[in-house]
Amino acid sequence: MDEIVRFDNVGLRYGAGAETLADLNFTLYPGSFYFLTGASGAGKTSLLKLLYLSQRPSRGVIRLFGEDAVTMPRERLPGFRRRIGVVFQDFRLVPHLSAFDNIALPLRVAGVREKDLETPVTEMLEWVGLGDRASARPATLSGGEQQRVAIARAVIGRPEILVADEPTGNVDPEMAIRLLQLFEALNTLGTTIVVATHDIHLLSKIPGAQMMRLEKGMLADPTGSLRHPPLPHDQTQ
Amino acid sequence: MFKFFVIPGHDRRLIPEGRLSGPMPWVIAIMIFLTVLTAAAGLAMTRAMSDVSDELSSRATVQIIEANPQVRNRQADMVAARLRTLPLVEEVRVLPPEEIDALIEPWLGTQDLADDIPLPALIDVKLARVATDAEYQSLRSMLQSIAPGARVEPSSGYIAPVISLVRSFQWIAFGLVGLLALATGAAVILSARSALNTHTETIAVVHLLGGTDQQISRLFQRRIALDALLGGLIGLAGGAVIIWLISGQLSAIGSGLVQSVGLDWWSWLIIAVIPILGMFLAMVTAKLTVTGALKKIL
Repeated sequence: MDEIVRFDNVGLRYGAGAETLADLNFTLYPGSFYFLTGASGAGKTSLLKLLYLSQRPSRGVIRLFGEDAVTMPRERLPGFRRRIGVVFQDFRLVPHLSAFDNIALPLRVAGVREKDLETPVTEMLEWVGLGDRASARPATLSGGEQQRVAIARAVIGRPEILVADEPTGNVDPEMAIRLLQLFEALNTLGTTIVVATHDIHLLSKIPGAQMMRLEKGMLADPTGSLRHPPLPHDQTQ
Repeated sequence: MFKFFVIPGHDRRLIPEGRLSGPMPWVIAIMIFLTVLTAAAGLAMTRAMSDVSDELSSRATVQIIEANPQVRNRQADMVAARLRTLPLVEEVRVLPPEEIDALIEPWLGTQDLADDIPLPALIDVKLARVATDAEYQSLRSMLQSIAPGARVEPSSGYIAPVISLVRSFQWIAFGLVGLLALATGAAVILSARSALNTHTETIAVVHLLGGTDQQISRLFQRRIALDALLGGLIGLAGGAVIIWLISGQLSAIGSGLVQSVGLDWWSWLIIAVIPILGMFLAMVTAKLTVTGALKKIL
């Protein structure tokens, strides 16, 4: 199985302090589902930043879609970022844009024509249960609604990798399950999913998911599964 | 280069555009207003200097200094006749006594002093071209053989210090235009940085969604270029009104040099282009500022 992400001896240090992430060695495979867990401050968000190309590592090699993402020229990064969907922990919705425009943003950035984005964005709004809030600004949405808009924005472009930082932190259990089902549906279509979460109950919802556990910036890999291709999703069910 | 002007409405909403709501259009309006006035002054001085210089550099005055009025008048007629035969000379005019009286009137008043003071006879000579020093010297020698008291004075000699002064003012005016352009650029840099700071979060999101530096900088370019154009048109309108009022006052003075201070059609064209140049300057400055700032983030 081809690898989609590979970390070799990756370390990340902010300023002159100690390494936030150290000696990360793992491989992510296309169409796999990963949960990233760990205590607060373990480095989950920092690891996700490396994945969605918001940060370059201090050392080591990251290969993304078969290319070296560490030495990749800056001009090529936008093209790679368009292949990655991100759900930020703090949502990061554009405050003066409507829910519709926030969700349509990745498509517009990618140059999708206006007439071609009306249907998918409307469908996505319906899917996350916000069909009647299309024109609402983020400030008028509840925390859970904002989170659903953020998730819809991350998945609208059918990314090859979806990176989600605590995506169900502000929604009720029922909506959390619906969102996970959305992730799972994307996963079955071939998207690699990485979900950082504190919620251990989520882990059992996706039976074929792999677990990555960070402890003090280092990856605990008790099963060694991250070194080897996981079983295809349907064989784990 | 001007692709950013056709950004779709939904992209424009990413960085809200508030026409005339911020200080930027008004700062640009003041800068363009001052630039228009300064450029108009520089262009008017250029024109005046050119007109006066062209007119006077091909003119000369011949004075016949002779105490005896009869001899003086006879020598003046002979000199004028001799001058008319020269190919270098295009036009010769012996100034009548009334005109000479009018010339000295500001200093000596209206009293009839011509009989008491031996005024020289004056001959205004228009040359076919600008004469060299050697030709003037030759002309002097020739005329002194007819009238020993004849003096030939190139008119450019009288106006040279004035032209030098006007040229200094002209360079100062164009220097000020350059300084105003620099100040406008600095104002645009501050405005672009302020807009970048205001919209940091939006830029970061667009960036992480795969937006390119060019896509992001276009949004700012459009906003700043429109602000600059709007401010520039306001500044141009204000400046044009002032120039029009001053032109009217200068025309009313009716003095030779002052009357030639005015703007021809191409000067007006240059002035009309100033807001466009201002917008272009703002656009380039904004692009360089924004792309420079974006390059600092991954």
